[in-house]
Amino acid sequence: MKIHEYQGKEILRKFGVTTPRGKPAFSVDEAVKVAEELGGKVWVVKAQIHAGGRGKGGGVKVAKSLDEVRQYATQILGMQLVTHQTGPEGQKVRRLLIEEGADIKKEYYLAVLTDRATQKVAVMASSEGGMDIEEVAHATPEKILKEFVDPLVGITDQQTLNLAQGIGVPADSVAKAQAEIKKLYQCYMETDASLAEINPLILEGNGNIKALDAKFNFDSNALFRHPEIVEYRDLDEEDADEIEASKFDLAYISLDGNIGCLVNGAGLAMATMDTIKLFGAEPANFLDVGGGATTEKVTEAFKIMLKNPKVKGILVNIFGGIMKCDTIATGVVTAAKEVNLSVPLVVRMKGTNEDLGKQILKDSGLPIISADTMAEAAQKIVDAVK
Amino acid sequence: MSILINKDTKVITQGITGKTGQFHTEKCQEYANGKNCFVAGVNPKKAGEKIFDIPIYATVKEAAKDTGATVSVIYVPPAGAAAAIWEAVEADLDLAICITEGIPVRDMLEVRNKMKEKEAKGGKKTLLLGPNCPGLITPDEIKIGIMPGHIHKKGRIGVVSRSGTLTYEAVAQLTEIGLGQSSAVGIGGDPINGLKHIDVMKMFNDDPDTDAVIMIGEIGGPDEAEAAMWCKANMKKPIVGFIAGVTAPAGKRMGHAGALISGGADTADAKLAIMEECGFTVTRNPSEMGRLLKGLLK
Repeated sequence: MKIHEYQGKEILRKFGVTTPRGKPAFSVDEAVKVAEELGGKVWVVKAQIHAGGRGKGGGVKVAKSLDEVRQYATQILGMQLVTHQTGPEGQKVRRLLIEEGADIKKEYYLAVLTDRATQKVAVMASSEGGMDIEEVAHATPEKILKEFVDPLVGITDQQTLNLAQGIGVPADSVAKAQAEIKKLYQCYMETDASLAEINPLILEGNGNIKALDAKFNFDSNALFRHPEIVEYRDLDEEDADEIEASKFDLAYISLDGNIGCLVNGAGLAMATMDTIKLFGAEPANFLDVGGGATTEKVTEAFKIMLKNPKVKGILVNIFGGIMKCDTIATGVVTAAKEVNLSVPLVVRMKGTNEDLGKQILKDSGLPIISADTMAEAAQKIVDAVK
Repeated sequence: MSILINKDTKVITQGITGKTGQFHTEKCQEYANGKNCFVAGVNPKKAGEKIFDIPIYATVKEAAKDTGATVSVIYVPPAGAAAAIWEAVEADLDLAICITEGIPVRDMLEVRNKMKEKEAKGGKKTLLLGPNCPGLITPDEIKIGIMPGHIHKKGRIGVVSRSGTLTYEAVAQLTEIGLGQSSAVGIGGDPINGLKHIDVMKMFNDDPDTDAVIMIGEIGGPDEAEAAMWCKANMKKPIVGFIAGVTAPAGKRMGHAGALISGGADTADAKLAIMEECGFTVTRNPSEMGRLLKGLLK
C-alpha cells in the first residue's frame, strides 16, 4: 500500500527523523493559511499524488511570497499531473503539502528495502541525491552503497558510519547522518514497510541532515497490525475497478489490451496473459479468482472485466484442483446470463470434474467456445475478436 | 526414489483443526499411503483429542517425539504462521512445508534469520518449503499439500515451480502424454521463502530416479537466474524452462507478493534469455512444456 509524502513525513516524525516543518492543504485558502502559520520567507508547494517524478511534471514549486503560494496552489491543485509513473493521462492533484523552504547544500539518497537474495534488510545510500535512482544504478552503480542488516541484530553503528562516510557527508555532520539512517531503519521495521525512500536527504547550510521527501510502500500482508497506516489509504489514488475487485477478494489489475481473462492462480493467470500475447493480441486485465471461487465471485469477476469498454472477448482458464470445474462452469453460465454477455467467450477447463464442467457449458445453450489447451484457447479468442 | 519425501515419511499437521487444515489433511490421507503418513496434529488447546483418527498434541516437539515424524505441514493462519515454522525448526524436524498465504514479510525475515543463526551455531538444519506454496508430492506414494492428487502419475520427471496452478498445468501435460513425475515441488510465490529453485534442482540432479526436469518461474527476484547459472555448470539432466509474466507491467504486484518487477534483470524476458544461455530448452508457450520435455528424452 502506498501513501502520500505528507503522510510519510508524519510517520517519519514519529520515529524522530528530521523533516522540514509543513502541513497538508486541501484548498488554495488552506494552503495560504498553512504558509502563514509556518512563517518565514520561502515555502514549497508540493502536489501530493502517489506517483513519483512530481517535480519534473510541474507539481513542485518554490514560493517567495504568500501571493506566490496562492498562485502556485491555484495552479497545481486540480491539475492533471503527468509524470513518468502516471501514464499519459496523468493523475489529478487533490492535496498539497506546504512546507518551509530548506537551505540545500547537498542532496543525498537513502532507502531501506527487503533484499530477497540475502534475506536481509538492505539500506542503500548514494551521493547522487535528487535524481532518478534507477538512472544512477544504471550509469554509475559504484555510487550506490549498500549495507545488509540482519533483522535480529539491527543496524550497527559501523554500518551507519560506512554509509554516511561513503556518500561523502562532511565530518561534522556524520554523526547526525548516522542517527537519521538508524531512525529510518527503525521506522521501516516497526511499520512493516516494504520500501522507505528519502530522495533527497539533504545537508543544510547549518550542517543539519533532513528528509526532504518521503516515499513509503507497506507490506499488504502486515496491514492487519497497522490500523494507523490503513487510515492513510487514499482511494482517489487507486484504480476504481481494482478497489471493487478487492471487495470480492479478487486480484485484478487493468491493462491495455482487449481480451479479458479470468484465471485461478497468479502464475497461471500470468501464463494465460503471456499466451494471449504470443498469439498476437493483448490482455485487458490480470484477474486471479483464487482458490475458493464461488458462482457469486465469478459473476462479479465478469462484471468487473466487462466494465472495461476495450474488452472485445473473454478467456476463462481454470485448472480445477480443490475448485471443481463443474462449480466454475455453473458460475460462468450464471454470470454470462446475468450480464447478458455479448462478446465472445472461450472457456478452457482442466482438472477435477472437467467432463462435468464441459457438459454444463454445452447444455447452457450459450455460444461458449470450448478449448482443450491454453494455446488453443488463446488462438480461438484471438480469432473470435478479429 | 524421489526427493524430500516418500511413502515412509511421517508427517505432523500444524493447524490441523482449522477449516483448511482439516479439509486438506483428509485429502492427503486418502492419497496413496497417506493413512500411514499423516500421524499427528498440533493444537495446544485440543491436545489429547483426535481428528480423522490422528492424535493431536500440544506441541510439535511432543508430536515428533511420540510418533517419530520428521516433516510438518503448516496451515496456521498468517499472523501465527511464522511462529509455527519456528516451532517446527526448534523441534529439529527435517522439513517444514508452509502452505499459508499472506504471512507478513517481516515475520518471514525474522524466522529465516533465526533459522540461519541456529544452523550457524551448529544446530540441526530444518529445510523450509514455502510459504504460500501448494506443497509437494511424490506420486503414488505421498502428497503433502493442496494439489489435486489425481492429475499426477508415478514416473521420472521432476517439476519445480513458484506457482501452484502452473505446477498442476505442467504435471497434467506430462501425465497426458504418458510421462509420470518423480516429485512435483511448489516452492511458493513469496519474496522471502525457504527452498529455492536452485536447491530443488540440486536434489533432482542427485536423484537417480529423475531423468529430466521442468522448471517454472515468474517475474521478480534473482532466483531463476541463480538456478540457471548453477545448472549450466552442474546439471546432468535436460531441463525445460518457462517464466510467467512476459506481459506483466512493471511495478505492479501480480497476486504473488514475489511477482513484482522492480529492476531490469528480473523481467520474464531477461530470465528466459539467461536460462536459454545456460542450456535450458525454454518456451514462451506454456502449453508446450510437456511436449518439449518429451522431445528431450532419449
